[in-house]
Amino acid sequence: MHGALPRLEPAGIDSWMVRLFDTIEENNLLWLAALSHDCEAAFGEALVDLVPSYTTLLVTFDPVRISAWQARKTLSQVLANLVPDDAGGEGEQHEIATWYHPSVGPDLERVARLSGMSVDDVIKTHSFQEYRVFALGFSPGFAFMGLLDDSLKCPRMDTPRQKVPAGSVAIAGQQTAAYPAVTPGGWNLIGRTAARLFDRNREGFSLLKVGDRVRFVSVDRETFESEGGDVTPAEPAREETAS
Amino acid sequence: MSASTTHGFRVTRAGPLALLQDAGRFGVRHLGVTQGGPADIHAWAWANRLAGNRWGSPVLEITFGGLELQAEADLTIAVTGADLSAKHDNQPLPLWRRFRVGKGERLTFGSPANGLRAYLAVAGGFSAEPVLGSVACVVREQLGGFDGQGRRLAKDDRLVVATSDHVHSDTVEAPPEEPPDYSAPAVLDLVPGAQIAAFTGRSLYDAFNTEWRVDDRADRMGVRLLGPCLHCRIESMISEGISHGAVQVPADGQPIALLNDRQTIGGYPRLGNLTPLSASRLAQCVPGQTVRLRPAGMERASREHRAFIQAMTANPA
Repeated sequence: MHGALPRLEPAGIDSWMVRLFDTIEENNLLWLAALSHDCEAAFGEALVDLVPSYTTLLVTFDPVRISAWQARKTLSQVLANLVPDDAGGEGEQHEIATWYHPSVGPDLERVARLSGMSVDDVIKTHSFQEYRVFALGFSPGFAFMGLLDDSLKCPRMDTPRQKVPAGSVAIAGQQTAAYPAVTPGGWNLIGRTAARLFDRNREGFSLLKVGDRVRFVSVDRETFESEGGDVTPAEPAREETAS
Repeated sequence: MSASTTHGFRVTRAGPLALLQDAGRFGVRHLGVTQGGPADIHAWAWANRLAGNRWGSPVLEITFGGLELQAEADLTIAVTGADLSAKHDNQPLPLWRRFRVGKGERLTFGSPANGLRAYLAVAGGFSAEPVLGSVACVVREQLGGFDGQGRRLAKDDRLVVATSDHVHSDTVEAPPEEPPDYSAPAVLDLVPGAQIAAFTGRSLYDAFNTEWRVDDRADRMGVRLLGPCLHCRIESMISEGISHGAVQVPADGQPIALLNDRQTIGGYPRLGNLTPLSASRLAQCVPGQTVRLRPAGMERASREHRAFIQAMTANPA
């Protein structure tokens, strides 16, 4: 409705929203990686933050160093010369060891029921596929991954939990994620990982970044515990109506 | 305490919310880490200016009041922002100017009389170990603050001060026009955003011609405004980055201005962004207060912001 893509949209005196696409595709990530990289080079010291997400890149600059119009001009030039980053856009590969079990994944059985399959098949389906990280947000290191196999689609819960345990592996809609820290949350919990998803003492802080490739690997309780996993059961969901 | 730090204050009563804030946490928003920093950049910058500190020195942001501190050394300080009925020993504490606090003397913050957040700067700046490049305290993310873990202040905490023999500003008192009357109805400048054309004509009229009431659902993440229901032809969008001051309108039609501790991405249509100074002004409003939105051009809004930053960072003559 706003005309052709890509498009530069105003987002306050210190930011431009670069809208590249209007649908979620894996291929977007190659372009977003290239755009991020080129912005870093073009803005240099005047760059404050870059927030890539699914179809867009939010570019925040220091409005004292450059004006909004200079920033816009720089972005137009970057876009004019943009080519997809086939190397950098491929992303790092990760395997996330996950203990899938109703005690730490209290929604596992409901997901199975709603999907019309056995718990084992839910686990197989979730751990079979490689996912891409499309965005980080919600909390530090929380990676939105997709796209989930159609057979597993399961909506967000009506009543979010007040406290989702750290490491919880969850699904909602077409997406999957692992909670880096204890937060409230409305996704369906199906397992738990001992992986440290956000660590202030690690180079780069977040285990996962936009563009990364992730596979969940099913492990047993012993392996989960030996990796430092916390086996404290998660709070069961309040019985959902209808859904 | 290291060689470059010295005694500052001891907390004798913590109060509801006092947070250490430098300019904010930058360069990590792509990891889902929020910006943090002062909710009111105007009062925060003035506090540092009057204490003789450089731009960005860590300052204590005191919300609602209730905090009591005892000086553990002779200190030079400045308090700006809200009038929280503060006392220096038993005298009214002077606002918006530099003054001395003797060792053993007490600063007592009461309840909000005008505005919501006061800023306490001490000469040299409070000292804490930066986490992800900043000491900005974000409780929800367990980042920053005096302990690095985003913990709220507690009784008997010791607030350490960086030693500094260099004074970055010789301004000892803010000119009388600088301290705002926070209780007056506020006019907030909003730079229109990309989805503004997707709001209905009636809603656009309402957006800019309503006395919006500040809801009690207001914190450092965002401030909800109550008034007529705004309708947007876009109900929800694919999540994307959210810049400071964004005014989003969820399906219930009540706008929310997103401030320093906002989530980094979100998927509601937006009217646009409040300018930094207008977002600051909103952060000083108490629930029930009214505000108006005024459309602002990018050019003028940017110029105004630059002039403010330049005034706050100018070196002494």
